[in-house]
This record gives sequence, C-alpha cells and structure tokens, in this order.
Amino acid sequence: MKQILAIALCMLSFGFSFAKDAAPLADDPVTEQRLISISEEMRCLVCQNESLAGSRSDLANDLRREIRTLIKEGKSDEQIRSFMVERYGDFVLYRPPVKPITWLLWIGPFVILLIGILGLLTYLRRRNSAVTTIALSDDDNKKIDALLNNKNEREAS
Amino acid sequence: MKAKFLIPLLLFIVLVVFLAIGLNRDPHEVPSPLIDKPAPAFEIAQLSEAHQSFSPASMKGQVWILNVWASWCVACREEHPVLVDLAKSKMAPIIGLDYKDQREDALAMLAKQGNPYVLSAFDANGRVGIDYGVYGVPETYVIDKAGVIRFKHIGPLTMELLNKKIYPLISDLQKP
Repeated sequence: MKQILAIALCMLSFGFSFAKDAAPLADDPVTEQRLISISEEMRCLVCQNESLAGSRSDLANDLRREIRTLIKEGKSDEQIRSFMVERYGDFVLYRPPVKPITWLLWIGPFVILLIGILGLLTYLRRRNSAVTTIALSDDDNKKIDALLNNKNEREAS
Repeated sequence: MKAKFLIPLLLFIVLVVFLAIGLNRDPHEVPSPLIDKPAPAFEIAQLSEAHQSFSPASMKGQVWILNVWASWCVACREEHPVLVDLAKSKMAPIIGLDYKDQREDALAMLAKQGNPYVLSAFDANGRVGIDYGVYGVPETYVIDKAGVIRFKHIGPLTMELLNKKIYPLISDLQKP
C-alpha cells in the first residue's frame, strides 16, 4: 500500500512539475552550485532511488528550500549534512559514515576477499604437496629421453 | 571428504537467508534517529483555534502521542478509526500535526470522520515536519513525560500495533 502510494506520489509530482514553471533558482549561482553539490550526495526519502538534487517530490522540494536557507545563513556543508542526518538518519547519505554500526559494511567485502585468498592459498598448497616428487635414476632418464626422441622422430616423419 | 561437497550448499543457504531477510524488509521504514532524543521544540498555530498556538513544552509531565496527518493523505483516512479507538481508550492524549494541508479541508475531514485529537497543530509549510523527520504521512510518535521521543511508527496505525506495542509502551511510560 505504502509503496503504491509512494509511486503514485512520485508520478503525481512528476506530472505537476510540467504544469508548473521551473522552481525558482536561488538568486546567486554560488548558492545553487553548493545546493546541488550537497543534495546530489543525499537520498530523497520519498523516491528512494533518486537523489535529493534530482527528485521532484514535494518533500525534496521542501528540503532543497531548507538547505538553501541554511546556505544563506552561512552554515558549512558539514553543518548542513548533520542537519539532515539528525532528522532522517544516516540513510539520507549516499556515503554512510564509518562507525561501529557500519564497520561490517565498510570492512566486510575486504574480509570476504581475505577469506577467499586464504582459502585459495591453502588449496593450492595442499594440491602441491599431493603431487609426490620421485627421484629419477640415470636409467629412468635414459628411458625418458628415448621415448621423447622416438616421439619427435615420429612427428617429423 | 564428504563435508567438502556441502560447502557450496551451505554458502548458498547463507545467501538465501540474507536475501530472504533483505527482501522482506520494507525499505520505506527507515529507523528514526530521533528515538530517545528530546522531541524538537516548535510553536505554531492550532488548526481549529487559529489564534492560539501549540508547543510540545506544554505537554511536559504526561505521556502523549503526536500523530502527523493530512486531509490529502489516503492512508490517514484508513488509520482514522484506529486513532478514534486510541482516543476512546483515554490512555494518552493525541495531538495532531496537520501537515501541509488546507485548513478548510482538514476541518472538514475531522467533522466527517470524528476528531480523535485533543488539538491539532497546523503545519502549513511542513517546516515542523522536517524537524521531526517526516517523510511519509501518517507518522506517529510516542513521547514520554520528560518530552523524549520513545517510539515512532511510519504508516497507518493498526489495532494489532496498538495492542502489541503502543498500549504496553504507554502504560510502561506512565509508571511513576
């Protein structure tokens, strides 16, 4: 039900945006540039596959307006990010911060890679030791040479 | 030797378990960072008494419920009877936060469907909603005597949720 609603809302806001004029940009392009660089790194919570910069949902509009106000108040990017995280959690960030709860997320792939490498190494080592090396006598070597020469002659002819 | 053949099967089972858990979770239910934090302060006009304001500070000392709703929100209509039940139980006062709504539409909806709220605050531009991390109306918060958010639910309340989670939580919080 909620998903349907969210999809409907996304589609609705998409439709509306054609009826409306383009949302007014901030007066100065510097603010707008910063708004874009901050909101591109954030997830829109209504249309979760869109960034806050790209989403046309009402909430994204409101949040962009909010960020614009914060920029005008002279807040740093870090302050604006924590403003968003305090309200919506780390989930809004496309790059989750490194902290105990996200350790598995950040380190997990490397741990799995390490396990794979160790597994491969032990497998190769075990396979190597399975092949027993036999000391060859001079007699054996002569036999081998004879066989090889024989084979070479046959191929040549 | 035999155990070796079971390793891919075990890996496959682990993968299936992870996928099953992942697919059964609702991606729209994002854990709120506001749990166990003080409810953000605000002071805005009330819905029915436009000249009076409401502030969460006035609810200090009692356990209360903040329900974010709007007349344009379909799921809120679905939830409404449950809220009326909750209000009838007199467990805790319900304060509404009418989110990005038109005053006439909201009042009309309450007149038609019954008013479970002690009062509703009127958040015309959604600014208060942003402070509460609202992204999908309806949302419901349980706030304790000290003004700390103890529980948040996104989406319509159900009778099951009331009985299993919210009623026990409220009676727990009301213990002195």
